[in-house]
Amino acid sequence: MTAPRTLFDKIWDSHLVDRQEDGTCLIYIDRHLVHEVTSPQAFEGLALSGRKMHRPGQTLAVADHNVPTTDRSQGIADPESRTQVETLEANGKAFGVRVFSMSDVRQGVVHIVGPEQGFTLPGMTIVCGDSHTSTHGAFGSLAFGIGTSEVEHVLATQTLVQAHAKNMLVRIDGKLPEGATAKDIVLKIVATLGTAGGTGYVIEYAGGAIRDLSMEGRMTICNMSIEAGARAGLIASDETTFAYVKGRPMAPAAADWDKAVAYWKTLSTDAGAHFDATVVIDAATIVPQVTWGTSPEDVVAIDGCVPDPKKAADEGKAKAMQRSLDYMGLTAGQPMEEVKIDRIFIGSCTNGRIEDLRAAASVAKGRTVAATVKAMVVPGSGLVKKQAEEEGLDKIFREAGFEWREPGCSMCLAMNADKLEPGERCASTSNRNFEGRQGRGGRTHLVSPEIAAASAITGHLTDVRKLLA
Amino acid sequence: MDKFETLTGVAAPLPMINIDTDMIIPKQFLKTIKRTGLGKSLFFEMRYDDAGKEIPGFVLNKPAYRQAQILVAGANFGCGSSREHAPWSILDFGIRCVIAPSFADIFYNNCFKNGILPIRLPQETCDKLMKAASNGANAAFTADLKGQEITTPDGEKVAFEVDSFRKHCLLNGLDDIGLTLAKKTKIEAYESARKTAQPWV
Ligand code: SF4
Repeated sequence: MTAPRTLFDKIWDSHLVDRQEDGTCLIYIDRHLVHEVTSPQAFEGLALSGRKMHRPGQTLAVADHNVPTTDRSQGIADPESRTQVETLEANGKAFGVRVFSMSDVRQGVVHIVGPEQGFTLPGMTIVCGDSHTSTHGAFGSLAFGIGTSEVEHVLATQTLVQAHAKNMLVRIDGKLPEGATAKDIVLKIVATLGTAGGTGYVIEYAGGAIRDLSMEGRMTICNMSIEAGARAGLIASDETTFAYVKGRPMAPAAADWDKAVAYWKTLSTDAGAHFDATVVIDAATIVPQVTWGTSPEDVVAIDGCVPDPKKAADEGKAKAMQRSLDYMGLTAGQPMEEVKIDRIFIGSCTNGRIEDLRAAASVAKGRTVAATVKAMVVPGSGLVKKQAEEEGLDKIFREAGFEWREPGCSMCLAMNADKLEPGERCASTSNRNFEGRQGRGGRTHLVSPEIAAASAITGHLTDVRKLLA
Repeated sequence: MDKFETLTGVAAPLPMINIDTDMIIPKQFLKTIKRTGLGKSLFFEMRYDDAGKEIPGFVLNKPAYRQAQILVAGANFGCGSSREHAPWSILDFGIRCVIAPSFADIFYNNCFKNGILPIRLPQETCDKLMKAASNGANAAFTADLKGQEITTPDGEKVAFEVDSFRKHCLLNGLDDIGLTLAKKTKIEAYESARKTAQPWV
């Protein structure tokens, strides 16, 4: 009998290629996602050293960070962005890697595309030169972001040199109250752990409130694991997972499917397995959330107030808080719901899936965006967009006064033309509220799709429960 | 990758916590397809004003620190994205050693891949080093990787921990990929076993 193991340990053990005496491990990588920003130097390195790709079929490439979300028939106007996207396509050709080009309906944010295609499967190791690779952990796979040197390492060897991370269990027990969403759960988790609380850990999310979530919701949770500093976040696969995966273009079929499911069912944490840290949150205490500052841990309840730096734990914290408030143009004690909003961004790998768009549309339906607000909906992928249009969501958004865009990262990081002007304030369904993240001088409040839609209607941060009451 | 043995140079103090990768190198500089040339944009938002002029108060704009080779910073340095442009910009500026109470995981890894030594030290020790670095002109620190020891301008010695394999690679300027390719038979054996057990992978 082997000792009880966590889900993370099981995946790790099954991917171990080599273990050196000093404990350094070489682990096998099953799936590699590539986008245009963090890969050119890796392909260049490979070419310069005369090395070949070890297994090109395990890599999938898609441009997302730089692509325009407006009419694409004219290509990309910005020459540097264009070069990056063209370089990705050229590298795909040269190295034999599949690329979903900008005109392909399957194009979209890399972390939305992988699951959608069945490229992401339970029990796998999945990497990408992007910190939000943690998203794929929602399938019970070990998925984490890597730097460009590591991208090159995976291209050349299909492995990575890694040290075993520690195990953390985050359990959300019970049922979520009305109006609270997966986004609110994860904002609460980030606030509880802090942005460095998960450093060195792989987090397993468990508990009733997690089990109750759809795959979309689980992806939202795992997506923001990195905002708590964790290496990865994962959720054991179950019937919800299998139902989502079944029939996807790259998912196993026929006899392989049954074999795969039988294997996946063995992938959960054994009773009595050791966690180095455990955090338990009662789902009933999770209310709709919003960030007030410039770190994703700066979270308050939407019906709460801007916190006071004077009450911070220490001087360093107080200084950081004051700096955030100055940047955000907020004062301590101000009710969050009184904060006026200029822009709305609904999209990103956190909340750009079909369920998110449905949720936002259900709030927007029959209502009108405030005259002072510019609101935009950016589907996470071409397929999400297509499905939303089939369901008539685009019509609901358009009639309410939202812009309906082409898929991509867009204003999540503002590398393309979609960005905030200095001083503009945005309620955003993305994952980072760092200074300048959505444009120089721009101010970001992270929220759920429901709150983003509600705030678009009223023109200020809004507790969606009141709007729907 | 360049070897890292011993580094003697000026240490610049940056006493802020949670310095994220957007602060280290904002996204407008991620559009490059090269690894070099990012040093002038390091800490862009803190270093230049809206007109693109240097902000004199920022540490790396002060005459004493323009040639800094070491950075002393607050906790959770390098949090945020996986962009390797962050260590590339630090390296391109000329900094090869960052000292902080804690680092974000991916950034920490990325440093070693680029010949940068990240050193984790307890908060109190960092506070002391921050103070020593703040003393200004030409206060040189020495970071000795082999001996795992920092020497402050006053001659005080501070020991630090580093993973032995990473230390070995950094000391010898070893390229990970080359080392891994030497294990090719093991990788292939793993692959063929997997193929039988899990054909869908
Ligand atoms: S949507 Fe945002 S967080 Fe997600 S991959 Fe794109 S830029 Fe990164």
